[in-house]
Amino acid sequence: MDILNAIVAFVNFVVIPATAYGAQLALGALGATLVYGILRFSNFAQGDTMAFGTMATILFTWWLQSMGVHFGPLPTALLALPFGIAVTAGLLLLTDRFVYRFYRKQRAAPTILVIVSLGVMFVMNGITRLIIGVEEQNFADGARFLVTAGDFKRWTGLDEGLAIKSSQAITVVTAVIVVAWLFWFLQKTRTGKSMRAFSDNEDLALLSGINPNRVVNVTWIIVAVLATIAGVLYGLDKSFKPFTYFQLLLPIFAAAVVGGLGNPLGAIAGGFVVAYSEVFVTYAWKKVLGYLVPADMAPDNLIQLLSTDYKLAVSFIILIIVLLFMPTGLFKGKSS
Amino acid sequence: MKKLMMATATIALMAGSAHAEDAKIGIILGFTGPLESITPNMAASAELAIKEVNDSGKFMDGGTVTSERADSTCIDATAAAAAAERLITVAGVNGIMGADCSGVTGSILQNVARPNGMGMISPSATSPGLSSAEDDGLFFRTAPSDARQGEVIADILTERGAKSIAISYTNNDYGKGLSDSIAAAFAAKGGSVTVNTAHEDGKADYSAEVATLASAGGDILVVAGYVDQGGKGIIQAALDTGAFSTFFLPDGMYGDSLIASIGDGLNGTYGTVPGTDSEGAAAFAANATAAGFDPTSSFTGESYDAAALIMLAMQAAKSTNAKDWSAKVMDIANAPGEKINAGELGKALELIAAGTDIDYVGATAVELVGNGESAGNYREYTVNGGAFVTDKFR
Repeated sequence: MDILNAIVAFVNFVVIPATAYGAQLALGALGATLVYGILRFSNFAQGDTMAFGTMATILFTWWLQSMGVHFGPLPTALLALPFGIAVTAGLLLLTDRFVYRFYRKQRAAPTILVIVSLGVMFVMNGITRLIIGVEEQNFADGARFLVTAGDFKRWTGLDEGLAIKSSQAITVVTAVIVVAWLFWFLQKTRTGKSMRAFSDNEDLALLSGINPNRVVNVTWIIVAVLATIAGVLYGLDKSFKPFTYFQLLLPIFAAAVVGGLGNPLGAIAGGFVVAYSEVFVTYAWKKVLGYLVPADMAPDNLIQLLSTDYKLAVSFIILIIVLLFMPTGLFKGKSS
Repeated sequence: MKKLMMATATIALMAGSAHAEDAKIGIILGFTGPLESITPNMAASAELAIKEVNDSGKFMDGGTVTSERADSTCIDATAAAAAAERLITVAGVNGIMGADCSGVTGSILQNVARPNGMGMISPSATSPGLSSAEDDGLFFRTAPSDARQGEVIADILTERGAKSIAISYTNNDYGKGLSDSIAAAFAAKGGSVTVNTAHEDGKADYSAEVATLASAGGDILVVAGYVDQGGKGIIQAALDTGAFSTFFLPDGMYGDSLIASIGDGLNGTYGTVPGTDSEGAAAFAANATAAGFDPTSSFTGESYDAAALIMLAMQAAKSTNAKDWSAKVMDIANAPGEKINAGELGKALELIAAGTDIDYVGATAVELVGNGESAGNYREYTVNGGAFVTDKFR
């Protein structure tokens, strides 16, 4: 019974939140890694693209809600997603047309493009805050829980509760669907193949008649899809505040680098590595250990490696370790 | 020139001729700086008390009280000390109502009031540090120390049967000071504090913080944070994961927006917020409204009481000398004696002149404890059916 309680506590406070967070990071990192693989620069505006996409989706959600449209037990935001993605894709294509294309024609060094993306980040951040404000916005509706802690305790008779929020379940399911679709697209479709060819060797791809503008535009549209979905899922699960999305940039890049920049599979693995590390290192193990060891050996202190205040530092540490010992990441991406 | 000389000489004569009937009170508050929006109402409250005393005509056998404002800036200790110095040496005040912020109040106390032997009553300095400051018996405050709230909270928790508590506080001076005082007071009563840890405001997700709190356990979670910030996030995450079902809410967590965003999960949660149901509070509110300022603005009642206490103590000491009147403040403020509400200053002056003891209650149910600071009044409430239900005042 005690072992069961330990497992339930572990799942409730570590596995479930870390899995949902990992899925959100993985989607964000996929966007960053695609830009790196195909357009060959680190897109610092990724976090704020997510914020912008979420903002657009929130505005459409409110509009749908005001029209009385609801999605049953699911959040209305899922219905608004396509609109949000369309607006975000439009913004990214405009940015590419007026900013990135100029530097691409000059064959600017990746470092310059990184700094350009930093500028784009500030502008996007400003637009988002100008339109929706800096305050926290709540746009989640529908059923809040699949399983509540209280119900779980009643069903099982255990001391520990297990809660699964519907937003967490939606996050994981959506992430699986999106990732599966992306891999099918990259492996099986003509456009996907041409994108991979462009990524592997730009000159050969151009020689074989691939239209570079088309590849670039499709890439931005996919980035808009990934960023908006990741942002909306994060906002549904946690809360939407423009500034917290800006802070997501670090874990996202840590995830992309851990997996190997430019490698989609690596981005997904990296997202979960970063999320689980953050939660493992800052979790206080007192309760779980208390169930597992005999009562007289139960720990008095919290058994916590790092205070939760240092959560963000974990991404930094992972980033540094990977860059020092494994610059190409777990899945052999392009060296950064 | 001759006239001016004469006038100066007359004033000097009057001041020196030991009439001891007129008095001047310095009102030093942060009229510029972070508190500039509430200090005008605080000063108006003090001046309301002075006007009431003057209208009664019973101060020191027909004397009048005047006042002079000075700027404490709230944050600049040097500027505040210079302003207080000017009040004493140039304006010649007999007592100081102020200062407002804890930092400048400490500076004025140590650099100006003690060297000059000047008495001062602050309406709004709440730092626990001032409780143990050397004051030569010259310093009082009509606002409770933040440490006091910790004691009240520990009392309530013990009375409601909490044996162990977990504390999450907002990571700033307010949160840290309050959580430490709650932890110390609760431990002194024999309860156990399983964890006392900080949360940062403005984060999207508090599940990691709540996981730590849940791991430590406890009967109830004390959330010493802000209602529109991390405090709300902590409560939401704790309810979502089933880590805690009951919470204690100190003053920063009181707000209707909390009930609106959390909903039914909050039922059964209880807390405290400063407040009193005394008659004096109602009387003060009516007088303030008639005088044309807002009585619900922060620390107005405390400001009225601070000024009133200075004048009543002068009357009791039969002297405007700070060394004399400051010795009487505790007698005036506390039982035994006839209760005096706000708006009854004339009656109080009369009673004191007749030699009757009074117990000044004023606008905020003043009760000075310890080193001359207000015991404070708190409203204890429980959340029930989506509303804050008042249990009692303490």
